[in-house]
Amino acid sequence: MEQFVEVTGRAAPLMQINIDTDQIIPARYLGGTDAKGYGVHLFANWRFLPDGRPDPAFILNRPPYDSAQILLADRNFGCGSSRERAPKALREFGFRAVIAPSFGGIFFNNCFRNGIVPVSLPIGQVRAIVEIVEASAGQAPITVSLETCEVRLADGRSFGYEVPETLRQMLLAGVDEIDLTKSRQAEIDAFRERDRVRRPWIYIGPAAAS
Amino acid sequence: MSLPQPLTAFEKIWRDHVIAPLAGDTALLQIDRLVLHELSGSQAVRALAEAGRAPDSRAQIFTIIEHLISTRPGRGPLDSVSVSGPAMIGGTREASRRWGFHFIDYDDPRQGIAHVVALEEAIALPGSTYVCCDSHTSTVGAIGALAWGIGASEAEHVLATQTLVQSRPRTMRVDFQGPLPAGVHAKDMILALIGRIGAAGGIGYAAEFAGEAVRQLSIEGRATLCNMAIEFQAKYGFVAPDTTTLDYLHGRTHAPRGVDWDAAAAYWLSLAGDLGARYDHEVSIDCSQLRPQITWGTSPEQVIAIDGRVPDPSIQPDAESRLEAARALDYMQLSPGMALVGLPIDVAYIGSCTNARLSDLRAAAAVLKGRRVREGLQAVCVPGSTPVKRAAEAEGLDRIFIDAGFEWHESACGFCGHIGDDRFKGLRTISTTNRNFKGRQGPGTRTHLASPVTVAASAIAGCITEAPAGGA
Repeated sequence: MEQFVEVTGRAAPLMQINIDTDQIIPARYLGGTDAKGYGVHLFANWRFLPDGRPDPAFILNRPPYDSAQILLADRNFGCGSSRERAPKALREFGFRAVIAPSFGGIFFNNCFRNGIVPVSLPIGQVRAIVEIVEASAGQAPITVSLETCEVRLADGRSFGYEVPETLRQMLLAGVDEIDLTKSRQAEIDAFRERDRVRRPWIYIGPAAAS
Repeated sequence: MSLPQPLTAFEKIWRDHVIAPLAGDTALLQIDRLVLHELSGSQAVRALAEAGRAPDSRAQIFTIIEHLISTRPGRGPLDSVSVSGPAMIGGTREASRRWGFHFIDYDDPRQGIAHVVALEEAIALPGSTYVCCDSHTSTVGAIGALAWGIGASEAEHVLATQTLVQSRPRTMRVDFQGPLPAGVHAKDMILALIGRIGAAGGIGYAAEFAGEAVRQLSIEGRATLCNMAIEFQAKYGFVAPDTTTLDYLHGRTHAPRGVDWDAAAAYWLSLAGDLGARYDHEVSIDCSQLRPQITWGTSPEQVIAIDGRVPDPSIQPDAESRLEAARALDYMQLSPGMALVGLPIDVAYIGSCTNARLSDLRAAAAVLKGRRVREGLQAVCVPGSTPVKRAAEAEGLDRIFIDAGFEWHESACGFCGHIGDDRFKGLRTISTTNRNFKGRQGPGTRTHLASPVTVAASAIAGCITEAPAGGA
């Protein structure tokens, strides 16, 4: 996991509800086995005009929002498919955090594995951040701390949030999740030894050689 | 000594898979089945290999070619409308053989959409944990599996350890009070639920579908319900195992046999929620008054009874919902107060893990029999699996579809999502699929979600139409 302790940067408001993963990155850009190359397709249907030029009306095409590290959105951000290209595209574009009232559950989990913190705040607090951002023409610095689990504004206000503690610790330390799990191999083996007796039908044989 | 606390089915299944509790509400869970397809699966397998790791429990891993493979009759081993399809199909095939996964290739008689095949082959079992890189994985909750969609990184973790780190969801019970009226189907039940509680109504929950109307549904109907759990953001949707479940599973490929079956069946039935078990949230839907449903907007929550009218955005509860409704109307080229019945359509699509099982094709065929789709309309049927296709052909359903003017395809995910084929670009589509998002079925494609009978009746009329109750 890419380590995340605290990020201070500009925020871009994209205040719509139900922004689904087909909008974050359309399915036609999901192909390929490359680990990178998805940031250029972030919000492709919104960012680009039919002739391929950037749409100057779209917020992420306008400075200073084009260098934002924090995205602000309304509820159910990232609903839709399980595509991990969605947080990958956000991360490659430069985002480190998304602040919204709620998130699609699969997207939420995928964020942690791609260096992004999904921050759930009540809509009133998200709107308060949007107000500060808009009043400063996008210049107001916003801080997202995973260490203290709070969002801090330049005027001194701060809003606490919660994330799953296990994932928080992994992100703070930037650990390899698989290595961490493998360090528990003795517990895993002990579980399976009991489970094979209790539920033998789960432990089927390998595929027949063809 | 105190009595044990009554538990819900979810709580029992979760309890039986916790290898180790972790911080907060998170646990390290045993994963019983991982199913990979050529889109995200090939990415996970490649990442695993690049990290120098090998699969931990390859006998519990299945790969199925179904996401990017073409549905064209006579398709070849690498045919895809996606430019990266051939590489991903080839990579998945090669990795499956190298690692010795259970592999179902494009021309295997068991092939089909993963969630359809998982039920047919009993890859998913009641009370098992089952994951796949697809948000509609909850479909297999129909037989009482705890099944959910994961990302490619989580799949890599399962490949390497056959476990997952997961936060425990809260529990929701949806009580579909029956009976279901004639002409109303599982698709209408789940769309009505999403319309009621909203596309974000299930965030953080595992949804158990229960009640008389659910008990009366076949496993195929239950699969349609569970399929769309993610459309209200419950990552997990399931129906607790009952005798319908046992009857369905008995004798299937990966179902236990002999004494194992007896032990498994007893265990599975014991997973039903205890009397007095408490849920974090309960919803009830009176199915006796339910009408066929159809979506008007670009989220599954934007849905009405088929004889209803497109709502005015001003009735939405908050400013963002009003704006979202207005954006949806603009995209869908509809106005408030319009009736949907009579709205001309360009495309009728029957396919997907939502509604392309044999019972769906039978219901649609009963409407189509002896009729023709409206001139100029594109009508496409992509069966949910190759076994569904073969069974349909054995009873002559393919002739009914073809004689009515439908294309009859090979099985795969097909036109449910847009992976490169622009044939529905800018067209109005009525579809048995699960998502009506902007651009989901193609650039500018306007998708109305409905049941197979509504799609079939609308194909004949050339406009949105309610099917006659009872099918034909």
